Amino acid sequence: MNIVDLEHEFMKRIKADQKIEPKDWMPEKYRQTLIRQIAQHAHSEIVGMLPEANYISRAPTLRRKAALLAKIQDEAGHGLYLYCAAETLGVDRDTLLDELHSGKAKYSSIFNYPTLTWADMGAIGWLVDGAAILNQVPLCKCSFGPYARAMVRVCKEESFHQRQGYEILLTLCNGSEEQKKMAQDAVNRWWWPSMMMFGPSDENSKHSAYSMETGIKKFSNDELRQRFVDQTKPQADILGVTLPDKDLKFDESSGHWKYGEIDWEEFNNVIQGNGPCNKIRLKHRREAWEKGAWVRDAASAYAAKKALKNSESKQVA
Amino acid sequence: MVGRMSTSSENSKLNYILHLADNSLILGQRLGEWCGHGPVLEQDIALTNIALDLIGQARYFYQYAALTDNRGKSEDHYPYFRGEREFKNFLLLEQPNMDWAYTMARQFYYDSYCFVMYTEMLKSKDEQLVSIASKAIKEVSYHLKYSSEWVIRMGDGTEESHEKVQNAVNDLWEYCGEFFETTQYESEMIEQGIAVDASKLKEKWLRSVGEIFNEATLIMPEGKWFQTGGKEGVHTENLGYILTDLQYIQKTMPGLSW
Amino acid sequence: MDKKSWPLWEVFIRSKHGLNHKHVGSLHAADAQMAIENSRDVYTRRMEGISIWVVESKNITASDPNQQEAMFEPAVDKIYRHPTFYNLPDELEHM
Repeated sequence: MNIVDLEHEFMKRIKADQKIEPKDWMPEKYRQTLIRQIAQHAHSEIVGMLPEANYISRAPTLRRKAALLAKIQDEAGHGLYLYCAAETLGVDRDTLLDELHSGKAKYSSIFNYPTLTWADMGAIGWLVDGAAILNQVPLCKCSFGPYARAMVRVCKEESFHQRQGYEILLTLCNGSEEQKKMAQDAVNRWWWPSMMMFGPSDENSKHSAYSMETGIKKFSNDELRQRFVDQTKPQADILGVTLPDKDLKFDESSGHWKYGEIDWEEFNNVIQGNGPCNKIRLKHRREAWEKGAWVRDAASAYAAKKALKNSESKQVA
Repeated sequence: MVGRMSTSSENSKLNYILHLADNSLILGQRLGEWCGHGPVLEQDIALTNIALDLIGQARYFYQYAALTDNRGKSEDHYPYFRGEREFKNFLLLEQPNMDWAYTMARQFYYDSYCFVMYTEMLKSKDEQLVSIASKAIKEVSYHLKYSSEWVIRMGDGTEESHEKVQNAVNDLWEYCGEFFETTQYESEMIEQGIAVDASKLKEKWLRSVGEIFNEATLIMPEGKWFQTGGKEGVHTENLGYILTDLQYIQKTMPGLSW
Repeated sequence: MDKKSWPLWEVFIRSKHGLNHKHVGSLHAADAQMAIENSRDVYTRRMEGISIWVVESKNITASDPNQQEAMFEPAVDKIYRHPTFYNLPDELEHM
C-alpha cells in the first residue's frame, strides 16, 4: 500500500473507534504527537510528586502522613505506566528523562507553583487532581491502545486522590478561624493555576485540532475547563470557601458558570520556565537521576555477573 | 489478666511500646524523605512501600500505647507532643539518608534485627504485641529480602558501589550495639514474659548479617565500641531536626483537628 | 562496567480469584528477581494479585498486525461453535 492508502486506512480505523496498537502502521505525525503528549504527561506525574513531597515529613497526623505518602507514590506509579506506554512507540525512558532534565520537554505548569502551607495539600488534591481527572477520564478511550490502557489504571487509582484533598480542606474549614483562613488562602493561590491546567483556549491551542481529529483527544480544552468550573463551584460552597473570581456567575440560559479571564501571560511565562519553582523542580529531578546513576549501574553490573555465572554453571553441567 | 499491674510496671510497658513505635516512626519518617528523589522510579515506589509499612506499624504501636497509658490520648499525641528526650528509638534509625548505600545499610541492619526480634515477639504473653508482631513479621520479611538484595547488589556490583556500601556499613556499625542492650523498662517486661530479651538475639543477628556480607563480598566491621542511649532518650543531634519537621504543624497550632 | 539502562519486562498477574495470569503492564528492572519485586511494589499495591510472572519484553513474540485478516477473520463465520447457534425449545431450561 502506498502512504495515501495507509493514511486512509488509518483514518478509517480511527473513525470506527478502533484502537491503534504499537506495531500497527501509523502516520509519523501521530507517533510524534503521542510521544510528546505521553511524555509530557509522564513528566508531569513525576515532577508533580515534588510539591506534595514537601509535606510528607510535616503532615500533621500519622493518618494524613500515610495517605499523602500513598498518594505521591501513586503518582510515581502513574509516571511509570505512562513512560512504558511511550516506550511502546520506540523511544526509551532514559531518552525522555534526558529531555526533561535538559529543559527541552514540557510538563504541566501547575507544578511550578510552591506549596506553602498544609492547606495546599488539600487544594492540590481537590483542585489539581480534580482538573487532572477531567483531563484523564476521556483519555481512557483515546485511540492509542497502550495510552488508553495506562489511563484506565491511572484513573482507577486516582479516585482516592481528590477525596483525600477534599477531606483535608473540609477538616480545615470546620476548624479554627486560622485553619479556615489557611484553606481559603490555598484555594486563592491554586484556583487559577488549576484553571490553566486545561491548556490554552481552543482558538490558541496549536496541537488540539490534530489530536481531536485522530482521537487522541475527545474534548476541547475549553469544554473540559467549563466542566471543571461547573463541578467545582458547588463543592466550594460545601466547604464554605470562595473561588477567587469576581466574574464567576451562573448563566441561566446556558446552565453553566461563567468565569473570568485567565491570565495567559502568566501561563506562558510559567510554561517557558519563569514560574516560581521551575528551576528548583528540575534541579531536584536532575539530582535524583544523577545521584542514582551509580546505583543503577551497580544493579546492572551485578545482574551481568550473575547471568554470566549462571551460564557458566550450565555449561559445566 | 491477673490483677492490676503496679504503676512502675505500667510505665515500663508503656515505655517498651513507645520504644517499638518510635523505631517504626523515625525510620518511616527518614524513608519518606526519599519519596520523589529515588534513583529510579521503580525503587522510589518500592521504598515508599516500606515507609508505609513502618508508619502503619508505628500507628498500631501508638494506639496500643494510648490504651496502655489510659489517659485518653490519641495515637498522635505520642509522635507529635513528646520532646527529644522522650523518644526511645534506636540511634541508627535517626541517622540521615545520605545516599542509597547508607539508606540500604541502615535498613539492612535494622531489618535483620527486626526479623529476629519480631519472631521472638510472637511468643510474648501479651496478646496485643503478638498480634502486631504477626502482622509486622510479614512486612519485615519482605523488607529484609529487599535490603539484603541491595546490599549484595552494591557489594558485588561495581567497584564504586562496593566502596560506598562498605563505607556505609562501617560507619553505621557503631549504632548496632544498642539493639542488644537491656534498659530498665525492658528487664521488667522481660521478667513478665512481655518484652523480647534482645540480648539473646545477638548471635543470630551476627550470623544472618555475616551471611549476606559474605555474599556481598563485604568485610564485617570489627568495631567493639558502640554508641548508646537512644532507647533511654539520649539521642544524636539528628533527632531534634527530625522532630522539628515532624511536629511543626501540631506545635504551631496545638489542640486542633487536622 | 555496564552503562546500559535496565531492561524492560512485561508483567503478568493472577488475581486471587484464580483466573489466568493477565498482562498488566511493564517496568524496568536489572534482573528477573528485581523484576518480580518491582512488579509486587508497582502492580499489586491494591491487592490486585497473588502470583506474578515476568518476561523480558525482548523475549515476547507477537503476531504480525499485517496478518490480522488471515489470522483472525476465518473464525468469524464459524458460528456453530457458539451455543446460541442451536435452536432448542424454551421448555429446556438448563443446557
